[in-house]
Amino acid sequence: MAILIDERSRVLVQGITGREGASHTARMRAAGTNVVAGTSPGKGGQTVEGVPVFDTVAGARAATGADVAVLFVPARFARDAMLEAAAAGVGLVVCVTEGIATRDMTEVTAHLARRGARLVGPNGPGLITPGRCSAGIMPADVFRPGGTGVISRSGTLTYEVVHELTRAGLGQSTAVGMGGDPVHGLGFIECLELFEADPETEAVVLIGEIGGDDEERAAVFAQERMTKPVIAYVAGFSAPPGKRMGHAGAIVEGSAGTAADKKAALEAAGVPVAAAPADVAVLLREAHTRRPSS
Amino acid sequence: MDLLEHQGKRLFAEAGLPVLPSRVAASAAEARQAMDDIGLPVAVKAQVKTGGRGRAGGIRICASAGEVDAAAAEILAMTIRGKTVEAVLVEQAVEVEREMYLAIVLSRAQRVPLLVFSREGGVDIEALALRDPGALVRTPVDPLLGLCDYQVRDVLAAAALDPEGPGGADAKQALAAVVRAAWRLYRDRDATLVEINPLVLTRRGEVFCLDSKVTIDDNALYRQTDQRPEEPADEREAKARRAGLAFVALDGDIGVLGNGAGLVMSTIDQIAAAGGSAADFCDIGGGARADVVAAALDAILAGRPISALLVSIFGGITRGDEVARGLVEALGAARLDAPVVVRLDGNAAAEGRAVLAEACLDGVTVAETAGEAVRLVVAAAHGRDA
Repeated sequence: MAILIDERSRVLVQGITGREGASHTARMRAAGTNVVAGTSPGKGGQTVEGVPVFDTVAGARAATGADVAVLFVPARFARDAMLEAAAAGVGLVVCVTEGIATRDMTEVTAHLARRGARLVGPNGPGLITPGRCSAGIMPADVFRPGGTGVISRSGTLTYEVVHELTRAGLGQSTAVGMGGDPVHGLGFIECLELFEADPETEAVVLIGEIGGDDEERAAVFAQERMTKPVIAYVAGFSAPPGKRMGHAGAIVEGSAGTAADKKAALEAAGVPVAAAPADVAVLLREAHTRRPSS
Repeated sequence: MDLLEHQGKRLFAEAGLPVLPSRVAASAAEARQAMDDIGLPVAVKAQVKTGGRGRAGGIRICASAGEVDAAAAEILAMTIRGKTVEAVLVEQAVEVEREMYLAIVLSRAQRVPLLVFSREGGVDIEALALRDPGALVRTPVDPLLGLCDYQVRDVLAAAALDPEGPGGADAKQALAAVVRAAWRLYRDRDATLVEINPLVLTRRGEVFCLDSKVTIDDNALYRQTDQRPEEPADEREAKARRAGLAFVALDGDIGVLGNGAGLVMSTIDQIAAAGGSAADFCDIGGGARADVVAAALDAILAGRPISALLVSIFGGITRGDEVARGLVEALGAARLDAPVVVRLDGNAAAEGRAVLAEACLDGVTVAETAGEAVRLVVAAAHGRDA
């Protein structure tokens, strides 16, 4: 089971003939992913890493039944690539690209919602179900199969937290990098809902950062709807207001979106917040001891 | 990218939004010249990227040349909320019948632009929503459909302009045109905020945008080619931007660089929690090639001298030993005076730490965990052993 992707996922790589597309295709395959096709306009008929290349997503889907599209496409062409994937009937679109215009993302998320397609990203590492499928650029070596769901706004912080979980013997069901942009696809709430319904997931780790109110809304959802333990970590307590901290969405605007507010909201909702990434594993162990999963 | 009032008003004028005649002035003499062109009375307004300039005395209505001189000189010497005023806008003054509020702003939560209108300007929107909900419009604009006519009618209904009052039916048409033009500007110029506060009806029945607040999406600057981000005032930020690094100058004394925005933010938090204070936020992205690390060090060292440096790398796809070789090359060439703590974890971290140990760099300590690295660097910054 896990969520969103597993060994049955048939992955298509858009932009497979590019340097990033080709190298990550090899990595995804090494992580157990069933990469069935690639696309690159005008390069149909070639193969990359043993994967057949098509001109269009529709053509690739018709020939291979691909149901997950991972994009390695430059920012200014990403909007069109995501729309093409959704139009071809792909159910899950994963966008790693950083620097996509916000207007493009509002249009893409509106269109994908209408087509019933899900989006992970942009400006994030994609997602991984350890041992079974990786759709994106997460370093598979850090992960181990297990019962912890992870949902995060930051790539390297995810690896850092997961590394500690793995070291502590706490494997992961699925880890989703929702990306660091202000307008993105799946968020904390959608993933919490999926993890709650997933029999393989026993607890969820939520990794947030400054900017927006995703964490505050997730806190309310966790309190009202989650029966499984949720542990959080939030980065950016020392961030000055009005400065973008690397991610386009990581900014304290006026007095809104501070890490302190997010921590307070999560703790008020009964979600323990770790003081450092390494402490997430400790809190998770405590939660398991307090509330043994069925 | 936030625009100054006069920059926003240039976009307003291009988009067909009604603005009053105005000129930018950088001296009292220029302000007088602007006044001669425009005619009295005029408003002299501080051009500064912060709110609250009115309360701070940064806007003055002037009825004589002497008043313009004095106002321009005084406002140009002001610092408002830590920001130096570098120019004033001299603008024709009008007699205001009514002040209203209009904004189109990105809603991150709803993933769409939100149209916000209030019958009253300069009020707390949340308070007004409770007191007089009919005076307020808050409606999402579908990014694929654009602004719809019914949404414009909603604004006109909330505005409740007096058909017998100044402007009559023409004022209503003018307001509708403002709402439509504001939406076009928001969409066509890749804005994430277009705010008109106040939007006024004058005693003579005309509608004008008295202020402008516009934010352009940084990610869209490649297609908004007439918009140039200003050079950062901080030398370190300017250097880092030229090198293509994500960098924010901070006030502390411990230099920080790492790979990944979240990881660096987290490192800075942990330094603060341990009693230290970071000098910067510097994200070198995936991997740690020697030239990238060198550019980052160059930016960090362009500021006040640092008391210690923390390099925090988590090896993901890039192996720890490759990262370590890049660090050895860059740190060796940089010849830092300050003590350095390197924390290397993740993929092939043990091999990477071995590379660092073998290089035996002067003043460089290698830590295994983030916690240990933070303790070591804070102690080094305070000139003591951990």
